[in-house]
Amino acid sequence: MTKEYKTIVEISGPLIFLEKTEPVGYGELVHINLPDGTTKRGQVLDTSADIVVVQVFEGTGGLNDESGVVFTGETIKLSVSKDMLGRILSGSGDPLDGGPRIVPEKMADIIGAAMNPYSRMPPEDFIQTGISTIDGTNTLVRGQKLPIFSGSGLPHNEIALQIARQAKVVGSEEEFAVVFAAMGITNEEAQYFMEDFEKTGALERAVVFLNLADDPAVERIITPRMALTAAEYLAYEHDMHVLVILTDITNYCEALRQMGAAREEVPGRRGYPGYMYTDLASLYERAGVIKGNKGTVTQFSILTMPGDDITHPIPDLSGYITEGQIVVSRELHRKGIYPPINVLPSLSRLMNSGIGEGKTRDDHKAVSDQLYAGYAEGLDLRGLVAIVGKEALSERDQKILEFADLFEDRFVRQGRDEDRSIEDTLKVAWDILSELPEAQLSRIDNKFIDKYHPAHQGK
Amino acid sequence: MEIKGEIYRVAGPVAMVTGINPRMYDVVKVGHEGLMGEVIKIEGKKSTVQVYEDTSGIKPGEPVINAGMPLSVELGPGLLESIYDGIQRPLQVLQEKMGDFIERGVTASGLNHEKLWDFKPTVSVGDKVKGGSVIGTVQETMNIEHKIMVPPNVSGTVSEIKGGEFTVDDTICLLSDGTELSMMQKWPVRVPRPSAKKLMPNKPLITGQRILDGLFPVAKGGTAAIPGPFGSGKTVTQQQLAKWSDTDIVVYIGCGERGNEMADVLNEFPELEDPKTGRPLMERTVLIANTSNMPVAAREASVYTGITIAEYYRDMGYDVSLMADSTSRWAEAMREISSRLEEMPGEEGYPAYLSARLSEFYERSGCVKSLSGDEGSITVIGAVSPPGGDFSEPVTQNTLRIVKVFWALDAKLSQRRHFPSINWLTSYSLYSKSLSDWFGKNVATDWVDLRDNSMELLQKEAELQEIVQLVGSDALPEDQQLTLEIARMIREYFLQQNAFHPVDTYCAFDKQYKLLKAISKFSDMATAALESGVPMTDIITLESKDELAKVKFEEDFETALNTVLKKMDNEFARIGGK
Ligand SMILES: Nc1ncnc2c1ncn2[C@@H]1O[C@H](COP(=O)(O)OP(=O)(O)O)[C@@H](O)[C@H]1O
Ligand SMILES: [Mg+2]
Repeated sequence: MTKEYKTIVEISGPLIFLEKTEPVGYGELVHINLPDGTTKRGQVLDTSADIVVVQVFEGTGGLNDESGVVFTGETIKLSVSKDMLGRILSGSGDPLDGGPRIVPEKMADIIGAAMNPYSRMPPEDFIQTGISTIDGTNTLVRGQKLPIFSGSGLPHNEIALQIARQAKVVGSEEEFAVVFAAMGITNEEAQYFMEDFEKTGALERAVVFLNLADDPAVERIITPRMALTAAEYLAYEHDMHVLVILTDITNYCEALRQMGAAREEVPGRRGYPGYMYTDLASLYERAGVIKGNKGTVTQFSILTMPGDDITHPIPDLSGYITEGQIVVSRELHRKGIYPPINVLPSLSRLMNSGIGEGKTRDDHKAVSDQLYAGYAEGLDLRGLVAIVGKEALSERDQKILEFADLFEDRFVRQGRDEDRSIEDTLKVAWDILSELPEAQLSRIDNKFIDKYHPAHQGK
Repeated sequence: MEIKGEIYRVAGPVAMVTGINPRMYDVVKVGHEGLMGEVIKIEGKKSTVQVYEDTSGIKPGEPVINAGMPLSVELGPGLLESIYDGIQRPLQVLQEKMGDFIERGVTASGLNHEKLWDFKPTVSVGDKVKGGSVIGTVQETMNIEHKIMVPPNVSGTVSEIKGGEFTVDDTICLLSDGTELSMMQKWPVRVPRPSAKKLMPNKPLITGQRILDGLFPVAKGGTAAIPGPFGSGKTVTQQQLAKWSDTDIVVYIGCGERGNEMADVLNEFPELEDPKTGRPLMERTVLIANTSNMPVAAREASVYTGITIAEYYRDMGYDVSLMADSTSRWAEAMREISSRLEEMPGEEGYPAYLSARLSEFYERSGCVKSLSGDEGSITVIGAVSPPGGDFSEPVTQNTLRIVKVFWALDAKLSQRRHFPSINWLTSYSLYSKSLSDWFGKNVATDWVDLRDNSMELLQKEAELQEIVQLVGSDALPEDQQLTLEIARMIREYFLQQNAFHPVDTYCAFDKQYKLLKAISKFSDMATAALESGVPMTDIITLESKDELAKVKFEEDFETALNTVLKKMDNEFARIGGK
């Protein structure tokens, strides 16, 4: 299979078209030897007896019809090994840190096969991130995929790093690792992550894949798959709890759109490919817990919403696949609140299985529901006050209005290094809830009010 | 009869093949590994096959075999408690054969062909039978008696019939023309199974969900759609229906959605009790899980696999409910395949036949008199996932033209954790009227009035809210303030229902009635008090009002409610109401 073809008939964007080849497999890895001696990699997108279409990961710059094309007969694989920990690799898996190539313990196909739903264990181990708006109201569990929906210029990187630093399963000392994949982010942003990893010693437990803003866009299609392949290997073959941070999903989707346009496909909504849901699912669904397996893969990806619009296809399709979303708000950020997480559009779908008696605390769910109800109503009233003035509000409504402020100021706001335990988070919650008339606490069972309401303490 | 051809082209989930002389929808084996596929387009010598498994590495020139059969499912005892992929491969068997990840090229039949079932014949030699006739029964699970029926297109006279332990392949009945019948029949999924007659749906599907049963009921044999943006409650609502509906059989299709949600069902259903029979819910359930990361072609097939299984149990005279979560992912699978076929796209890239496919699917619901004369029904409830939550998109719009019940989920409600976040102003049920008789007879004579008054109050609230937005609530006259307060009670005490609360998750109709009646009683007493000059603040600060909020959570609902009602009487007596 080392035959080299020089039968390129067309080069268009990231694609090359060849004719007169032997039968070539769909999805096969391709090497392209350029006249200047360099080699690029690509993948077969369409194969027939007449014509073969290849997408070139490093871009088609410098390619011409003199270039030789070799079909490897293999799909794209990543060399995986436990020695990957502590290494920095390119977006296609080559060492960037001056270290040796990874000596493979195994060659793993980067297009992961779908996990059999029958093999999945519903995730339920509470991960304490130390951030109240997550632990208290949008709880993360091991094996979950919970992205951050943010906007440009907002502190999502800081939040992600704070989580990476503080995340723990209380009372467990199992092995963990971080897999970090940058897709199209700037060098400066990447440095920000790397420095933090180094400072905290996290780098030793991390595998880093970097595809930066000036790296070819098509490579972004394989970078997250490389990262997830490494993560699955560490989780399922070395029993580690792996936290995968993919950033930025938006850049990934842009690359996908670019590829679709190059293939002259019928575009879907706003020019993104019609299969983007399925494609994104093939990334996000690679998180979870397998029955009888110790290791887990948790995904905490970052996505910047174009124009802060949550209905844009990228956050929209993501939200339909992921198990919730943490939404970062420009308004709270402007108010100087860190972390500026808006809990209302945020959601953790797996929260219910991770909280409650024996996991966090028996009153957790009720407290969270009550916080939501109070804050939502408070925000409505804020809107109303802007029109009719505070005086027009009933006494009850005034209390609720004040509650919204308290919520932002005491529950949402916290320090960049403040690591609140779940007890601390629930204590803050009860403290602010106790400022409301007790009759307003309709979401909370009386038994919890008796047990935890500050006014009932010591009775 | 097998015909061998070869692959000409492969691109993603579709392959073009030559030389197999196919009919539309024939199932073919593609490539050296024999991947399963289905012919979806025929054009001269070339035909296009959608492949149900990943096509990586498959090359032009590899063989293709046409077995000359359309995509079919195996129907017989053993369907219940199974979990299948979109083409009826049992996921448990796939796991045993290839581990925790689904590799390709593995076949697995829908039914267990080794298991012995105790067959009890109900016909004798000499009996005349025709399509749909029941020839015997098998106790499939504790509460479901599986009727073994003559396949729809067969008839004759019984010349031999056996009873005892058999596999689904064994012949248990012989007809005089030599036809051998076993406990299993195969049926092509894209062809509706015939029934004798369609009947008008006239009974509600009781779901134990207050807003559904109370305000927007669906009939057994009816159709309903649940559209909503992500996180608004489609899946939880569907799962609640699968858990608590008073139905005999549930077919739950996870179509292009999350793996963990199916794992959840698999974990929970064997533990939960069917409120009707007290048996584990799993014993009445068939799951189909073709999650978002599994092949799209099999996702496209999954809804057909599901509805065919539903029809089979309907034919036995059972009430079946089918949930499809989400029909939008099915439509997207159609779109994806259609674009690979380079068909002319219709609206938003969906194929022009989208609306036809949707209506054909929902048409397979209904109440019927089956071929054997039994009455059975299929209620179809489809989730719809509109991009950006915008209901004007083609899948939502085409669905709304077909279904009779619309449960509109609203992100504004889910964001404030008002669940189920079904918008009471925009949702509707076209069965409300036709079921009124049933409600009057079976719930309470005043139920319909109670319900209609509540609905009216909620409408009134929406109008008043517009004024409040301009002047604040304190500026309203007191009787209108009271209206707002009562509407709030209906929303919070009655409509809100927590799916994750052990007691509140299911609410029997009798409890629904009493709860709404109690709110209405408060409303009447408060109105009277107000009229006789009691100040508004005295009324809305009554303890019984706040306590009423919590009775729905009480294990012993009756006692709790009666305590609150007594207190209500006392309090109104004290403040000077009537
Ligand atoms: N009836 C309900 N009771 C309590 N919580 C609910 C209810 N319906 C939805 N939820 C909450 O909303 C979340 C999202 O619901 P889900 O059904 O998964 O949404 P969708 O399928 O529309 O994306 C759930 O994880 C749950 O927390
Ligand atoms: Mg859902």
